[in-house]
Amino acid sequence: MSTVIQVENLSKSYRLGTIGGGTLRADVARWMSRLQGKADPNLKIGQEHHSRLVGQEFWALQEVNFEVKQGEILGIIGRNGAGKSTLLKILSRVTAPTSGEVRMKGRIASLLEVGTGFHPELSGRENIFLNGAILGMSKVEIKKKFDEIVAFSEVEDFIDTPVKRYSSGMYVRLAFAVAAHLEPEILIVDEVLAVGDATFQKKCLGKLGEVVRGGRTVLFVSHNMSQIARICHRCILLDGGTIKADGEVTAVTTDYLKNDTGHAGARTWPDPAKAPGDEVARLRSVRVISEGKATEAINVLDPVTVEMEFWNFHEGANLAAVLSFINSQGVILFVSADFFEPQWGRKPRPRGLHRVRCRVPGGLFNEGWVTVVAEVATWSPIYHIHFLQPEAAAFQVVDAGNDGSLRKVWARDIPGAVRPMQAWQGWDCEFVGVDTRGNAPKAAEEGQPIFSKAL
Amino acid sequence: MAPVEIEDWSLVIRPKTGWLELHLSDLWRYRDLTMLFVWRDFVSQYKQTILGPLWHIIQPLFTTLLFALMGGVAKLPTDGLPPVLFYLAGITCWNYFSECLTRSSGTFINNASIFGKVYFPRLCVPVSIVISNMIKFGIQFLLFLAFMAYYYAKGAAVQPNALVLLTPVLVLVMAALGLGAGIIVSALTIRYRDLQVLITFGVQLMMIATVLLPLSKFPEKYHWLVLANPMLGIIETFRHALLGAGTFDPMSLLYSAGVTLAILFAGILLFNHVERTFMDTV
Repeated sequence: MSTVIQVENLSKSYRLGTIGGGTLRADVARWMSRLQGKADPNLKIGQEHHSRLVGQEFWALQEVNFEVKQGEILGIIGRNGAGKSTLLKILSRVTAPTSGEVRMKGRIASLLEVGTGFHPELSGRENIFLNGAILGMSKVEIKKKFDEIVAFSEVEDFIDTPVKRYSSGMYVRLAFAVAAHLEPEILIVDEVLAVGDATFQKKCLGKLGEVVRGGRTVLFVSHNMSQIARICHRCILLDGGTIKADGEVTAVTTDYLKNDTGHAGARTWPDPAKAPGDEVARLRSVRVISEGKATEAINVLDPVTVEMEFWNFHEGANLAAVLSFINSQGVILFVSADFFEPQWGRKPRPRGLHRVRCRVPGGLFNEGWVTVVAEVATWSPIYHIHFLQPEAAAFQVVDAGNDGSLRKVWARDIPGAVRPMQAWQGWDCEFVGVDTRGNAPKAAEEGQPIFSKAL
Repeated sequence: MAPVEIEDWSLVIRPKTGWLELHLSDLWRYRDLTMLFVWRDFVSQYKQTILGPLWHIIQPLFTTLLFALMGGVAKLPTDGLPPVLFYLAGITCWNYFSECLTRSSGTFINNASIFGKVYFPRLCVPVSIVISNMIKFGIQFLLFLAFMAYYYAKGAAVQPNALVLLTPVLVLVMAALGLGAGIIVSALTIRYRDLQVLITFGVQLMMIATVLLPLSKFPEKYHWLVLANPMLGIIETFRHALLGAGTFDPMSLLYSAGVTLAILFAGILLFNHVERTFMDTV
């Protein structure tokens, strides 16, 4: 496979602060000093040290290097501000890098947004042509694909209606349909799949899969780890403008979740004014506890307790505490609420600090990182969420392969979202009987119990 | 991958390109897009209006009447022609130039949301503006011809001559001048927004100096300033060719063409220079 994208020492800096009043004077001063070979007088000196902040410049990307082979689907993940968008903008030529070089082979189409250039006054038909041309298709190409696009978008009946009268779902479907029928050799996609309803999303993912089977190269940015895991072959983790990890998808996504919450088996919001929440309830802390101690790693067989503290500012509020457990693929493993407790008595909560604990039995989670979403909501008279904090805490489930291990002879990954304890029979060779002619023993045929121990 | 292999990259993105790397062939590759922009501008402008393109006629008509009134009060010379015809000729030309200038001067600011999401040669936008304004000019030109026919029938001293054949050239020069000046302003407005306000205001002032007031109304020592206006030669040639007003001065037209070429070239250079990073500033 040949290399189709080569990124070499790519860096990008942005000027900080406002650009506007007084810039003319500053510009003249800069030119003058450049002519005289002096330093830029507009640079601030003695600024607090920060590796990405130099003078009045912010480095959004620093020395980024990677290569993409033909037909590869590369996922790009990272926190907000990690430099993902800047990277995509440079690759799609919306802005130029400050230093470094990018080399690409083949026709490139970038989808940083669906429906770029849609004009509300124009009809769906007219917008297909306009949007297609903006994305780089010729009129002939669009004409050839027109029927396909319309069929994909499912808006046949409204194709001659101005798009300003479309529902937002129809608008997005039409916009994506145009984008999906581009035929570039390299496709750059920025989270545009996070649009439309579930059925349409599935259709989009299917279409993307088709694109890839056609041997095309795709760069895909998403916050949705399960999408990344399902689609991508390889993944890059950006952090602070540099590449933190580059490699196999599960390893990198796990790395991302680990990094994202730091070593946050416990997280506290010391200042109630700044904590997630509203005037009724605010989050104070979330801790993962195992064997009585705060931890961030548990053995597969160990039970784990998640403790949440929150402020209630409203006397007699009907508050419910809810915890969701999510794996590194973004799959919700399960959701648990304090009112699931059989003893729960609909008691209103007094003002003050509250602490709830949820104990999850051992032998349930599969290996990998589990993140906890902490939520407090009013359950009556209407369900109303006061805060919903994603990645409130995270812990790693390990199966070390030692005494407490379940895996024994199996060294590779065990697939599945959960790995609950199961009861097995027949493992200790309580076999049914031997018949050398290959016939089943008589007892088994008659459906009689063959195990001596009951389950 | 053998190290000696000569890579044929189809696209190399570098921090800075030379001033003369213009990639004008890209503009040709995206001609479909340019034409779609023209068509979008024209179509979308009149959706949900009753009069539609008729609005193009109403605006110059009122300006002409206003000028004729002002000219009448101030007793401004019109080369022996009916004032309405004289001013309409000037206004038709000036409108085309000023529309090209003011609308293309907003290229970056008005299209930031599209430019921030997808790449295509940015020059497509101002070029499409100039072309779509040509349609508008065509309508206003027809209006002018109608008035010409009316006054001719009434026996006014309207004498079109062979220079009429120069009209397409005049239109092209105006288009190039409006485009060039417009994209210079658009490149500068990225940093200094004041310019956009200044340009709308400046264009109105210049219109009066070019279309309404004759040279003799200006103080002698500012004549060079009035004559430096490249639109003057174009409008005078236009009036002479279609109405037989004044005299034809080839030097003045050549001067206009020369200035236009220089402005257009400078504009393309500047535009090309800023388009790659303007998203960081706008």
